[in-house]
Amino acid sequence: MCKEKLLLSGNEAVARGAWEAGVKAGTGYPGTPSTEILENLHKYAGVECEWSVNEKVALEVGLGASYAGARTLVTMKHVGVNVAADPLFTAVYTGVNGGLVIVTADDPDMHSSQNEQDNRNYARSAKLPMLEPSDSQEVKEYAIKAFEISEEFDTPVFLRMVTRIAHSMTVVEPGERHEHAVSGFTRNLRKYVMVPGFARERHKVVEKRLIDIEKNAGRLGMYRIENLPEDHAKTGIVTAGICYTYVKEVFPEMPVFKLGMVHPLPGRELLEFCAEFDEVIVVEELDPFIEDYLKARGVKTRGKDVLPIIGEYTPSMLRNAFGGAKQVNNVPALPFALPSRPPGLCAGCPHRTIYEILSKMGATVSGDIGCYALGALPPFHAMDTCVDMGASITVAQGMEIAVGREKTAKTVAVIGDSTFAHSGITGLINASYNKRHTLTIVLDNGTTAMTGMQPNPLSGETINGVPTWALDYRKLAEAVGLKDENIKIVDAYKKTEVEDALNELIERNELSLLVIKGPCMINQRKKKKTATA
Amino acid sequence: MKNKITNILMVGVGGQGTVLSSNILSLAAMFDGHDVKKNEIHGMSQRGGSVFSHIRFGEKVYSPVIPEGEADVLFSLEEIETLRWLQFLKPAGSIICLDEKILPSNQTSYPEGTLEFLKKNYKKLYILEPQILKKELNNVKVLNVALLGALSKLIEISDNSWIKAIRELVPAGTEELNIKAFEAGKQLLSY
Repeated sequence: MCKEKLLLSGNEAVARGAWEAGVKAGTGYPGTPSTEILENLHKYAGVECEWSVNEKVALEVGLGASYAGARTLVTMKHVGVNVAADPLFTAVYTGVNGGLVIVTADDPDMHSSQNEQDNRNYARSAKLPMLEPSDSQEVKEYAIKAFEISEEFDTPVFLRMVTRIAHSMTVVEPGERHEHAVSGFTRNLRKYVMVPGFARERHKVVEKRLIDIEKNAGRLGMYRIENLPEDHAKTGIVTAGICYTYVKEVFPEMPVFKLGMVHPLPGRELLEFCAEFDEVIVVEELDPFIEDYLKARGVKTRGKDVLPIIGEYTPSMLRNAFGGAKQVNNVPALPFALPSRPPGLCAGCPHRTIYEILSKMGATVSGDIGCYALGALPPFHAMDTCVDMGASITVAQGMEIAVGREKTAKTVAVIGDSTFAHSGITGLINASYNKRHTLTIVLDNGTTAMTGMQPNPLSGETINGVPTWALDYRKLAEAVGLKDENIKIVDAYKKTEVEDALNELIERNELSLLVIKGPCMINQRKKKKTATA
Repeated sequence: MKNKITNILMVGVGGQGTVLSSNILSLAAMFDGHDVKKNEIHGMSQRGGSVFSHIRFGEKVYSPVIPEGEADVLFSLEEIETLRWLQFLKPAGSIICLDEKILPSNQTSYPEGTLEFLKKNYKKLYILEPQILKKELNNVKVLNVALLGALSKLIEISDNSWIKAIRELVPAGTEELNIKAFEAGKQLLSY
């Protein structure tokens, strides 16, 4: 029976594809632009999902599910793969049992990220295949294909999304779910126990596997050639993913080698295609990943000579770089310079209190990743560093080593609740173990707000809204080694209380923890709405 | 045969609800048998920032992003935002602009002369008064859907598909109110 077509975002299509492929387990950590994948997947029947504590944990839990025979989806944003890199590189050695697909959602242009890394480089260095779709229909097809490749070649498979694919909605033809029986775990020391003796053997398997996958790219449907001319021609284009849609938009008649798999590249077919042309234009955002490959094999390419290595592309950008039918609307000179609309902390946001105080105090603030990074902007200017998840607590310790305890008396670490659980706790243990004196301030708004309100280990709720144990700050801090008088938990909306606690802890200049609790206003409103609906 | 694509660029400020409007339009276009792509960026921009949504439909759509100079309609819920996106409008394109001013957080006063500039330079310009709509509908929350009624007069999507999409996407229990708003919006472009 032909089902009615659906209009799905790329992220909804990943969830749909995984579900149709019979996925049994879904793990991940929220991060724009990947978050909606698990938010959708957990609503399907027959799939057990979790928000894991961080991406490393998510991949390891996913790996266990795969070893025990379940088809498993693991999701994260591009920088999440940095956190998960440790298990990733060795998971490629062990291979899988049930299909294991890892979504890396890259964010060219950094719409909501701290860097712009191109995770195709991870596929190459960790030596696993990576598929890159160009719209939601292809996302769904590639998600299913990724599970098949994973099992046929015994490897984890990357599915690379970018923001424009993840958040665009396009028409999708839904299919049925194909159940995939869970085999259970079978002991196999040489495959699953990566001690040096066994790992040496597995590395050989990894290298051979990549060659096998490359040879099978055609059979797997992982590339397509369009508009191939009969005779030798001047210019051909090589592209993949979102850039393919821009190429088709601007140069619909041009010969195109459209890659579905960006690692390993189908070398033989790709070079045969390139040999048909005087020069080959490579259209790819961020790093010259494909272009470098072709250049190294003697192909005369163009791409990064005219297109930027930074940010997203647009159809207009291709037009300006390589010509094509122009249709430009010259806008008359505007009557005034357009004011920007910079993001800021919401009116009524519980984080405002502490930033007002820290700003007035002139504190040095070692910051972290989340909504509260907006405290760096006007009117507060109350954040001095922001690097990666958990770095607030540890960077402050390094400053103490450099300039001494006295001079860092007014240096504080500021971190959100979800980030604290993700990567902050180890930093706190490090501080205690090494006799540092940092004050860590946890801004607990009861949710992972920046990514759209996901529950976390401090909010007492699972991904399905089921009540669960919420981590106890006081017991945790005591176990780490903080003195009772150096642990304070206050209400964000009682400014005097917050101020007094902060002053007292700064005055004492010992290793301390200040938890400031105040619910996220947006989340409160959302919850109220759901309750009355 | 030329593959004719209709491009609508919806813009506004975070919190005005451009997302629902763009979802209704996209779904209605799909119900009419078109290929559809819609693009917007979620994330930090939600917090009071400038918001946009590209909607494209036709026989076969490739890019989810409208090339500059190719939007048939610039559909704007806020005055400054209308000016921000003009380079996307095609030379003979139409502008629907809600007469609404939202002060950017980094400004102390709202810039003068937005509407005068638009009136002077753009012929196919439809400035809609929110006050008239608010009064007529007695409900501010359905303003977006009313504006879709105005948009429906400029593009070819069947009434059946519009109504079906509205019924599917608006909150349960508000279907009739929203359909009334859609019908009221249609009248705005007849005078």
